[in-house]
Amino acid sequence: MAGPDKGFSRWLLATNHKDIGALYLWFSFAMFLIGGSFAMIIRAELFQPGLQLVEPNFFNQMTTMHGLVMVFGAIMPAFVGLANYMIPIMIGAPDMALPRMNNLSFWILPFAFAILVSSLFMEGGAPNFGWTFYAPLSTTYAPPSVTFFIFGVHLMGISSIMGAINIVATIFNLRAPGMTLMKMPLFVWTWLITAFLLIAVMPVLAGAVTMMLMDIHFGTSFFSAAGGGDPVLFQHIFWFFGHPEVYIIILPAFGVVSEIIPTFSRKPLFGYASMVYATAAIAFLSFIVWAHHMFTVGMPLVGELYFMWATMLIAVPTAAKVFNWITTMFKGSLTFETPMLFSIAFVFLFTLGGLTGLMLAIAPADMQYHDSYFVVAHFHYTMVAGAIFSISASVYYWLPKWCGRMYNETMGKVHFWIAFLGFNLTFFPQHFLGLAGMPRRIPDYSIQFADFNMISSIGAFIYGLAQLIFLFNIIRTIYFGEKTTKEQTWESARGLEWTLPSPLPFHTFERPPSIK
Amino acid sequence: MAHKEDGATPRYYVPARSSMAIFSATALAMIALGAASGMNSMRAANASGGDWLLLYAGLIALAITLACWFSLTIRENLKGMNSEQLKVSYRIGMQWFIFSEVMFFAAFFGVLFYVRTLAGPWLSGDGAGVMNTLLWPGFDYAWPLMDTPQDAIGGVKEQAKAGFLANNGEHTGPARNMSFPGWENLLHWLPFWNTTLLVLSSIWLEFAHHSLKKGNRKGFNFWLALTLIFGFVFVYLQYLEYHEAYVDYGLYLNSGIYGATFFMLTGFHGFHVIMGAGILTVQFFRSIMKKHFTKEDHFGFEAASWYWHFVDVVWIFLVAVVYVY
Repeated sequence: MAGPDKGFSRWLLATNHKDIGALYLWFSFAMFLIGGSFAMIIRAELFQPGLQLVEPNFFNQMTTMHGLVMVFGAIMPAFVGLANYMIPIMIGAPDMALPRMNNLSFWILPFAFAILVSSLFMEGGAPNFGWTFYAPLSTTYAPPSVTFFIFGVHLMGISSIMGAINIVATIFNLRAPGMTLMKMPLFVWTWLITAFLLIAVMPVLAGAVTMMLMDIHFGTSFFSAAGGGDPVLFQHIFWFFGHPEVYIIILPAFGVVSEIIPTFSRKPLFGYASMVYATAAIAFLSFIVWAHHMFTVGMPLVGELYFMWATMLIAVPTAAKVFNWITTMFKGSLTFETPMLFSIAFVFLFTLGGLTGLMLAIAPADMQYHDSYFVVAHFHYTMVAGAIFSISASVYYWLPKWCGRMYNETMGKVHFWIAFLGFNLTFFPQHFLGLAGMPRRIPDYSIQFADFNMISSIGAFIYGLAQLIFLFNIIRTIYFGEKTTKEQTWESARGLEWTLPSPLPFHTFERPPSIK
Repeated sequence: MAHKEDGATPRYYVPARSSMAIFSATALAMIALGAASGMNSMRAANASGGDWLLLYAGLIALAITLACWFSLTIRENLKGMNSEQLKVSYRIGMQWFIFSEVMFFAAFFGVLFYVRTLAGPWLSGDGAGVMNTLLWPGFDYAWPLMDTPQDAIGGVKEQAKAGFLANNGEHTGPARNMSFPGWENLLHWLPFWNTTLLVLSSIWLEFAHHSLKKGNRKGFNFWLALTLIFGFVFVYLQYLEYHEAYVDYGLYLNSGIYGATFFMLTGFHGFHVIMGAGILTVQFFRSIMKKHFTKEDHFGFEAASWYWHFVDVVWIFLVAVVYVY
């Protein structure tokens, strides 16, 4: 088979899973910086009480765009990139099952986000109704750019569904002989289940935005009570997509951490089978708990009770996972390289986020927490310390394998500690703000919230700075990092990727390896 | 499902490069931009035909690109580049694509269920809410919804006077609805004929598949042609149905939630029938003009037939909950 093309056509016409994986990863990093700059604007405005930097409407556009860009542009494509890069190697496949469609899945994304981000410059401004785009804010009261937002979401959905189908086909059909399902690395397992969730719920999101489009432009009344519809109906459809979506974001993170912790504990993963079953259980539960996002909307009591109990059930499989990670480390021969630091921080901080989730699941207590900064703190503990930390961990973990050069360990550790400090400084005080009653998505606040907000803003700037160190370290590694050709980067890492030379050859496993 | 591999089995075909994807992505972006800007200028009431040009150009570009893409994969298959393993990938891909379509329809069926069992009764005062007494006094819920909550308070003008007018405006209930008219009128009821047509077409399609598997080319062409005729007649009858709804029944997209769910469910279904018929038409011409498909290798046809059965099943559910029940 041919080597890579020269020049830009290598990327534009790419069919190689490693090239496409790299495209996804770079795209997501660019989106991460854009979404991060929106967050910097939010935190700068909230540095002090009062309005100082931006108009309230622009502030709303920033919270909306920050959420949309981070969820759909940064975290999801980063994990799809890791899946593209690693899954074929981990199962001994020659490439993704449908390489040309793989390229299409990626190249839709830059167009989709160009459309979405360009709405900032449109008449009436960008979408300002929050990343959850509740009707009627997103229909009756939306700026004209909502139409572009809707079609942008359609494009992202098409991309995600095709990407997920590709991953399912790859895992079911391209495993090397002997690679039975229960021998697959856990990252592959979590992605298989994530891909199933994507195929199941992205079409529901497409349905939701289609109904919005019809309500706005064609006179239907899905979300308007005047015609017999219901605005709350929008929330049900959205969260039927939205709750599986948050597991789409976190399950691959579980997989990554389940690869890294055994490596640096120098022990096999504790409870492999229970990890698989717990992942499947979480995915199943994600379909039947959506209305816990809307306890205060006025549901019948039986609904509140059902969704409360069902949600609390999720703690069981999740706790099994945390137990397994800790038990893997127990009596292990631990070392603390950067990927391991991020992974341990993941276990610790994600568990905190899980526990606040359990608090939010309790319907009567949620009446107080709902729509407050407590919710913001909760989901940033899962999204940032969960998803983003694990993405950082996996980049450090596999970067030497990808480019045959070692990153600077000291700089990696500096990145970790600054990120860890900045993250906690940003989001831990937000728990207190929320419990004290500060509402989310608001550009100004009462002065009793001033101190914690200032701490939070300082933390956010520190966390933002840490990402520049990350970027610098990656670029430095690619061009100037110390060369390493050995197959085994980490002494005791398991898995097929560590049987291959570094950097990875352009094509791997053109003939499948034999798995015993 | 792991594939048995030995030295003699062909390699999995990984194309070296492809320009198909970037053309498709560009075309999709043109469609998205064109549709969004067209709709926005339509709403701003300064529409001109030119606003939709980008959309049309995108649709044409996508059609051309997909035609090239599919013919490329067909040629690769005829050259024998596709291993058995690759063919399994195509099958898995199509199956999960259909599953995603199922979930798309599930969203709209879910809306119908929610409106009929929860939102409607609540609007008319069921449960602990105060929506009926405060916002929509006099609204009574019945399905099909002939009088919207807005009708109940005296129409869009009264609602505007009360100070809350949605910008998607007026929702006046229809004059008549499309529900099952009773057994004595069965033969004058279009959905009955449509159901018959679609179910029969699915059966003809199975006959076509069996003929193909026996190597009977003539039988295959005949039954496939019959499937297509039934499919296109279905589309024509559906057009008559819409005409009747608009002209005789006063049922529009903005006739409240009944009109919205009716047109969105039947509309998306009709769109999928047109797509399915289009795909099958391509298979038909592949068979009669190029003699494509063999007893063992006819995935293009098989995928199209899965799709056709899928739209058939959606229709059965649709007749049950949109028209009859």
